[in-house]
Amino acid sequence: MSPEKKKTFYGFGLPYIDVEDLRGKLIVIEGTDGVGRSTQIEELKKWLEVKGYGVATTGWTRSPLLGKAIEEAKSGHTLNVSTFSLLYSADFADRLEHEVIPALRAGFVVLADRYIYTAFARSVVRGADRQWIRNVFGFAIEPDAVFYMRINIEDLIPRVINSQTLQKRYWEEQSGEGMDYWESGMDLRLGEDFYDSFLEYQKAVLKEFDKMTNEFNFSIVDASRSFEETNRDLKHGILRVLEDEDAEEKPRRN
Amino acid sequence: MPRLFDQPHPYPGKLIVVEGIDGSGKSTQLQLLQKWLLNAKFRVFFTEWNSSALVNETIKRGKRKNLLTPTTFSILHATDFADRLAHLIIPPLKAGMIVCADRYVYTAFARDVVRGVHPEWVRNLYGFSVRPDLALYFKVPIDVSLKRILNGRIALKFHEAGMDLGLSDDPKESYRLFQTRILEEYDKIATEYNLTVIDATQSIQKQQSVLRDLAKEMLGHYKPAPFLQKKENVYVA
Repeated sequence: MSPEKKKTFYGFGLPYIDVEDLRGKLIVIEGTDGVGRSTQIEELKKWLEVKGYGVATTGWTRSPLLGKAIEEAKSGHTLNVSTFSLLYSADFADRLEHEVIPALRAGFVVLADRYIYTAFARSVVRGADRQWIRNVFGFAIEPDAVFYMRINIEDLIPRVINSQTLQKRYWEEQSGEGMDYWESGMDLRLGEDFYDSFLEYQKAVLKEFDKMTNEFNFSIVDASRSFEETNRDLKHGILRVLEDEDAEEKPRRN
Repeated sequence: MPRLFDQPHPYPGKLIVVEGIDGSGKSTQLQLLQKWLLNAKFRVFFTEWNSSALVNETIKRGKRKNLLTPTTFSILHATDFADRLAHLIIPPLKAGMIVCADRYVYTAFARDVVRGVHPEWVRNLYGFSVRPDLALYFKVPIDVSLKRILNGRIALKFHEAGMDLGLSDDPKESYRLFQTRILEEYDKIATEYNLTVIDATQSIQKQQSVLRDLAKEMLGHYKPAPFLQKKENVYVA
């Protein structure tokens, strides 16, 4: 991979961090809850490693600093739009500075399961000012590519409301919720029950994602198809990002 | 949620905030002002720049394990403030009370920029907060404040002394350098946000009389809601 194409910050940045030496690639997989991002990323990681790339993955709300705090705050349901958005941004900043940036510096391909766009969609749907939330995440690194796993609400529903997922969540994960409280946007009181709420909330989230497609130059991957078909498109897109760089690198050596 | 900080707040209450480095005497002055307001039968609600339950544990753990970066430090304090704003500042303002805040967002603007975040970024971060009706900045030379602080204390805490910035290995020297930088930031902020500057080297009584005149002027058209005029209950947190 070429070190020539320099990384930049999305907004005001981190004045105390040097982005000059971030040689790795940051590839983001975005998409709403239940679209199958995590399964795809698992497979993509193996595939890239077989090809000889060093791969690091990073998720959402899994940071050592905050992971638990967010869960606790959510379970108390005491969050408002500001604290909701800010807790996620603190969590993101922690992972960015402690996982993503070091991995990029070491030349890894970083596969991000969600990125700032998920935060934008969720916060805006909850009433945050668009410009405010974008500036809050101004310290983020611009990704080399964003693959948006796009799905219609009609295709999303059967993936979430199926006996395997719903039963597992209800009986095994001890959450006592077949459908996740937050992924259903229950805090927004959009519908009478989990199903109605989920429908309205996810529609609003999908609308935000669609609006961001042009703003942030997402590559759309049609995720309503089978795992294999979606996977093939993702691989194709990722190869283009990685090979473009390799191709650029060759003439310079001569 | 519109960006509230850019325009005057829509609530019937009034928000008075005091700012300044440690040892500037701002807390003493705010307490005296409250006595005067209460004596005039106003309903006063007091709030400080403390940690709320929401992220308190996270901040503590982050400090102990040295996990915090300037950015996470800044966001966690903003989260904390957002929570207090929603629970302790906006409700009394909506009820038409006079809210007295010991430190406000300017504290974060000064401190977090010294720790290394972008000045514009942190100003935007607090875009959800409400603009004060009266913002007082107690300006004091560094040596005066240091004398006031170091006289009364045995040891400075690690983050309080800005030891995480690596300015000096000596806590007192680190504290002096840290506070000097904060003071520089405060001076910029005072101009940028048009804070009312109080000469904090003057006598306590003199400063207080200036404060009361300013408060009187600000409260010129303020009419407490009828239900706030009934009894003499005092709302001090």
